[in-house]
Amino acid sequence: MKRYFHKELTELENKLILLGEKSHQVVQLATQGLIENNLDKVNEAYNMDDYIDVLEMEISHACIRYMSLRGPVSSDLRLLVVALKASKDFERIADEAHSIARKSYRLLTSEGSLKNSLSLSEMGKLACELVNDSISCFVEEDIEKAFLILKKDHDIDAINQRHFDTLSDELLRDEMSDTARFNLMLISKSIERIGDHAKNIAGGVIFLLNGDQ
Amino acid sequence: MNVNFDIQGKQAESTKPPKPVITTNNLDFAYGDSQALFNISMDIFKKEVTAFIGPSGCGKSTLLRCFNRMNDLINSANIKNGTIRISDIDIYNKDVDVIELRKHVGMVFQKSNPFPKSIYENIAYGMRIQGVKKRSELDETVESSLRGAALWDEVKDRLNKSALGLSGGQQQRLCIARALAVKPKIILMDEPCSALDPVATAKVEELIHKLKKNYTIVVVTHNMQQAARVSDRTAFFYLGRLIEYETTEQIFMNPKNSKTEAYVSGRFG
Repeated sequence: MKRYFHKELTELENKLILLGEKSHQVVQLATQGLIENNLDKVNEAYNMDDYIDVLEMEISHACIRYMSLRGPVSSDLRLLVVALKASKDFERIADEAHSIARKSYRLLTSEGSLKNSLSLSEMGKLACELVNDSISCFVEEDIEKAFLILKKDHDIDAINQRHFDTLSDELLRDEMSDTARFNLMLISKSIERIGDHAKNIAGGVIFLLNGDQ
Repeated sequence: MNVNFDIQGKQAESTKPPKPVITTNNLDFAYGDSQALFNISMDIFKKEVTAFIGPSGCGKSTLLRCFNRMNDLINSANIKNGTIRISDIDIYNKDVDVIELRKHVGMVFQKSNPFPKSIYENIAYGMRIQGVKKRSELDETVESSLRGAALWDEVKDRLNKSALGLSGGQQQRLCIARALAVKPKIILMDEPCSALDPVATAKVEELIHKLKKNYTIVVVTHNMQQAARVSDRTAFFYLGRLIEYETTEQIFMNPKNSKTEAYVSGRFG
């Protein structure tokens, strides 16, 4: 029997998907903006943060409200727990993208286009893919895809480690300033963190679907 | 006195302050020497569901029964002080026709109490004693009331069968249909689901949610989950006093009073 308040859960799911899509969009804009030397994209990414913060707060409130008033159990309760955690992860993804946009703006305006973008393009695409997959495994209730995200995250970690080693190398000093190297290190770390958050969301989807922690 | 309980019209838009239908002011109520309600002041708003919660003996049912003067049936019961106004009419004014009041303020009890008559006659009874004889008018009201109580589809082929043959949940919805038949504006429900199983309870709760589009509903319940699910506002009573009255969201998510907090979180006593 469908209860009148069950539509609140559907609305919550839709809002979580919207938050996921916006987080994906901001990651895409920030990473592409840096690689393509496109300040418009960087600015757009920078300005999306407030909207995403509001969405995350709305989802948190809706989850707590539903838990307080509707007495959810079983898969409904798991959905609410996952929505609470995933919304926080999506918001953190957007924060990392915001941080990438801020550093990219500084880099691009002070140094011009990147002389050596390392593997940031590949890393950015991988991060976008992971964020996108974390949304689609939730929407499609695809547990296989969720498990795949856990594996793919290692690829991002490996690229980040490579970047760290490269950027620490004294030989690169002639190619770019210390500030640029430091900022690129932080950008790489932010992308790596985006992968971690996507992995957390995938873990939540696994919990949602099979009930195991 | 010709009482016109005219409370038609849609609930004010959410941006406008809601309109009270029942206004209780400084009400003190006693059964003989035993005071049951102390200085109750509250507004019940149009086309909303208001839940009364609180431990046994807190006065929630007493207050509910004050709203259609059901307490008049108890000899020792008396209002010591204060007023209750419905649509701006003091319902304890000696000129108020109690029968007329109860037509406008219907009631559904804890235990379903269908008459030992057919399903049809249970609904038609109230109209018949009002003098309605026309069969088509009775048929129309029986159908619309049963539809209003979400029971029509289940009983339309056995309207002439005894109401006592219905399940507990169906009997309770029949009682709601019977209350609707006399076209009330306010429906009082005194623990309407306490004798029902979870499925029948869910059906009655769905019905309450549907009915609030057209009626003002006050429901007394011991089931806090039910109060949280069905009501727009919740009043918490304790030892005859109104402790806190707020939106249901406020009461269950962040009550101001520590007694309310203790009660809704099950730490009471």
